[in-house]
Formats: sequence, structure tokens, C-alpha cells
Amino acid sequence: MARAVTTRRKAFNTLLAWSIGLLIFFPILWTILTSFKTEAQAISDPPLFLFFDWTLENYAVVQERSDYTRFLWNSIIIAGGSTVLGILIAVPAAWSMAFVPSKRTKDILLWMLSTKMLPAVGVLYPIYILFIELGLLDTRLGLTIVLMLINLPIIVWMLYTYFKEIPGEILEAARMDGAGLKEEILFILTPMAIPGIASTFLLNIILAWNEAFWTLNLTAAKAAPLTAFIASYSSPEGLFYAKLSAAATMAIAPILILGWFSQKQLVRGLTFGAVK
Amino acid sequence: MATQHSRSAARIMMAPAVILLLGWMLVPLTMTLYFSFKKYLPLRGGDLGWVGFDNYVRFVSSSTFWPSVQTTLIIVGGVLLITVILGVLLAILLDQPMWGQGVVRILVIAPFFVMPTVSALVWKNMFMDPVNGLFAHLWQAFGAQPVEWLSNASLFSIILIVSWQWLPFATLILLTAIQSLDSEQLEAAEMDGAPPLSRFAHIILPHLARAITIVVLIQTIFLLAIFAEIFVTTGGSFGTRTLTYLIYQRVLESQNVGLGSAGGVYAIILANIVAIFLMRIVGKNLDA
Repeated sequence: MARAVTTRRKAFNTLLAWSIGLLIFFPILWTILTSFKTEAQAISDPPLFLFFDWTLENYAVVQERSDYTRFLWNSIIIAGGSTVLGILIAVPAAWSMAFVPSKRTKDILLWMLSTKMLPAVGVLYPIYILFIELGLLDTRLGLTIVLMLINLPIIVWMLYTYFKEIPGEILEAARMDGAGLKEEILFILTPMAIPGIASTFLLNIILAWNEAFWTLNLTAAKAAPLTAFIASYSSPEGLFYAKLSAAATMAIAPILILGWFSQKQLVRGLTFGAVK
Repeated sequence: MATQHSRSAARIMMAPAVILLLGWMLVPLTMTLYFSFKKYLPLRGGDLGWVGFDNYVRFVSSSTFWPSVQTTLIIVGGVLLITVILGVLLAILLDQPMWGQGVVRILVIAPFFVMPTVSALVWKNMFMDPVNGLFAHLWQAFGAQPVEWLSNASLFSIILIVSWQWLPFATLILLTAIQSLDSEQLEAAEMDGAPPLSRFAHIILPHLARAITIVVLIQTIFLLAIFAEIFVTTGGSFGTRTLTYLIYQRVLESQNVGLGSAGGVYAIILANIVAIFLMRIVGKNLDA
């Protein structure tokens, strides 16, 4: 920005923005801090902010008592699996729509988007019944498939907007130089498409990781991912704030870190390219 | 450039995605429609025959229907109002020159990456608990009686939790839109002596109109479907039973599948009305 800004104005902006930023972030910060307290300190009155006996005990207890790694593993497999599967199916589709567009391409894209708008609760029972019939209830395979399907429209859309940005002239130039279709895809398009695919991958891991309708309704003990693991803390026994915090911190930490890398993609992905 | 050969190749490449999504849409939708015309109680007699539009009539005439519509509207409307207004203000603030802009942006966006069950439980226990919650401590520090948030101010509490989750989304999109604003236009207005408020009303707000519409439409679709936030906090009691939650209870808790399916059809119609508007905007963008 070319406007000259006084230092005082800048200092004021900084102070205001940081205060609001910290206020918004506070619940997360408080959860992380509480996870290092003892249960007694976690509910002490007045609340303790930094000066308490830092302990890692809660993390050990959560792991031991509720087998955190099993839920974590389920989350990784379900979120990762559904994303990889979705991208494998979406890449050819987005590819052909971006490079060989036809009159119907726009309609197909919009129709795909419309399937994303289908409220999950409207088809809850059919999916539930189908899952029982097919033996998919409470399996990682079943959830992987469902999460792949609900995110497939977003994956196709994101990839489509990225592929659209690859200039077609490059292909023509390559063809002039005698490149066949195989060389074209392997050596020219793929390298240019990788950043887009990576961004799509990142955003969809986040969406799948945090999905909390199907993961709560289609799992029980075996395939439950972290969303369901945390929900089991909704009926607490005794003192549990510090343990809840430790469990919560472990559930959100991986995605918070990924999320910070994907701010830009978030806008593009969730507005279907309407805001860039 | 598109030959007959590449056209048919394109069709084959699209086929898996199209077929899967078609199946994902049509199979459950057909089943929901089918169940909605039946008296179907899996735990009490199973399929008890066709009943025509009976379920549709009973769903809207039950005493729980209109309160659930009202609850849904209050939650969706409340969250939209809060996130859009605060989102615009925050986006403008974050667009100003400051130190540590990147870090502040990360702080503001962070709640969006917290899974819904975690944010609901953290708010419920560590902030809104009437005995040990931070709010209770804060109220007591000022000599006030702690509030039983989730039972006495249940709707407000849910709106607060959900707004906290969605404010980052609104802010991020509006910030992206603001950053595409031509700063020379603003400077010119400033030179001409336009006061900040009229610069906001005549330049910034019109520029943001499209982004705001998109935020409203996308959030509405997601907010109509919020589930986990209610599931782990109030379980639908204390007047927090939304349309989505009511259908969930009919289908899975009381296992009245016919009635719940009719409700599901209503929810699908409702979501589609919103979706049509969103698709128009997105579609226009495709042509550009």
C-alpha cells in the first residue's frame, strides 16, 4: 500500500488487532495451557494462567486410559484415505473439464456442487441401513468412502480452478516440438499441476479430519476417529478438565499446523473459486 | 483442438466421478423419498405399509416442528449477523498496516481448524460451566451470580460457539476480497476529503457485496446442518432442537423412519432453495 502511514496509527492498529486476535485465539490457548495443569489446578479459583506446576501427566493418562493412538490412527486413515481416493477420481475428471471443455462442462460442475448441498440428515437413514446391509457400519472403509463422496465435489472444483490456470498454449508448443500425449501429461502438465493438487490435498485432509456428522453417526468403538473420541468426553466422570484439554490439544494440533499452511487454499476451495 | 478422439477420452475420464456422485445422490435420495411415504418403525413392527402424505402432514403439524424451525432460524440468523458484521470489521482492520500482520491473521483463523466436537466441549466445560467455567469466575469477580449458560441462555450459547467457529471463515474471505480492492480509488477519495465512514459506505461496502453474499450463502448451507455442536452440548434440550436435530432424533433416536424421512425431504428442499442462489453466483463466475 502506497499510503503514508504515521507510526502512531500503525501502533494503534497493531495493538487493536493483536488484542482481538488473542481474544479469538484465547479458547485454544487456554485449552493448551490447561492440558499441562493438574486437575486441581485446572479448576482453581482464581484461574491460573502461567504460574502452575507444568506437567505432562494428562497426556500419559489420556493415552493410557482411552488409547488415543487408536483414534488418531483411525483419523489418519479415514482423512488420508478419503482424500487420496477422492483426488485419484477427481484428477481425470477435472483435467478433462479444464482442457477439453464441452457445452455441458459448466452444467456438470454446477451439478456436482449441488450434491455437496444435500443435507446429510436427509439421507441419514438410507446410508445407515445401507451400511448395515453391506457390513460397513463402524468400519474405516465405510467412513473413507462416505467422506470421499461428500468431499469429491470440492476436490473436483479446486482441481478444476487450478488446472484452468495452466495455459493451453504450452501444450500446443509441446505438440509442435513433437511431444506425444504421454510426454505431454508426464513432463509438462503433471509438474505444473502438482502445486494445485498439493493444495487440494491439504484442504481436504482438514475437512475430512474435522467432519463430525457421519463420523459420529456411523461409528462405534472400532472405527471411531478423533471427533468421536472427543465426543465421548461429553459425559464426564469426576475431575476431567485437564484430561479433556490434553485430549483436545492432541486432536487439533496436527490440523492447526496444516491449517496455517493452507489459508489461501481455504478461500478458493470453500468458495468454489468464486473468491480468489 | 478438441478432436472426436479427445472428446470421448474426456468422457471416459469424467465417468468415475460423475457415476459415483450420481449414485451418492440418487440412491439415498430415492430411499428417503420411499420411506417418507411409509409408516416405518424398525423397532416396532417394521414396514407398516404406505400412508401417502401422512408423514409430511404429521411432521409439520407436530408440536415440535415450528419451535425447531424458529430455533434453526434464530441460530442461523444470529450466527450470520455476528460473523458478517464482525467479519467485515475484522477484515478492514487486518488490511491496515501493522506489525506482525501474519501472526495476527493466524490467531484469527485458528478456530476454523478446531474440530466441532472439540470447540463445543471446550466452550461447554471450560468457559460456560456454571461452577468451574471461566465465565463463572469472571462473573463472580464482579460480584455477579454465575449464569447457567447452556440451560438458561442456551440459544445464545450455541450462537456464540458456532460464531466463534465461523468468524474466521467470514473474515478470511472478506479479507481476500478487500485486498483485491483498488487502493488508488480509496486514496483518491481520501484526497477529495471523503470522511472514513463515507469511504466505507460508498467504496468498501459495495466492493464487498459479492463476497458478503457468498459468505452468507455458504455459511447458511453449513449452518442449517450444524449437528455436533448441539449433540455434545445440550443434546437438543433447552430449546436448542434445530430442524436437523429434530430429524436426527426422529430417525435414529425414536426410530420413526417414515416421519424422519419426510422431515429429511423438507430439509433437502430448504437447502436447495439456498443452493440455487449460490449456484447462480458461482455459475456466473465460471463464465467470466
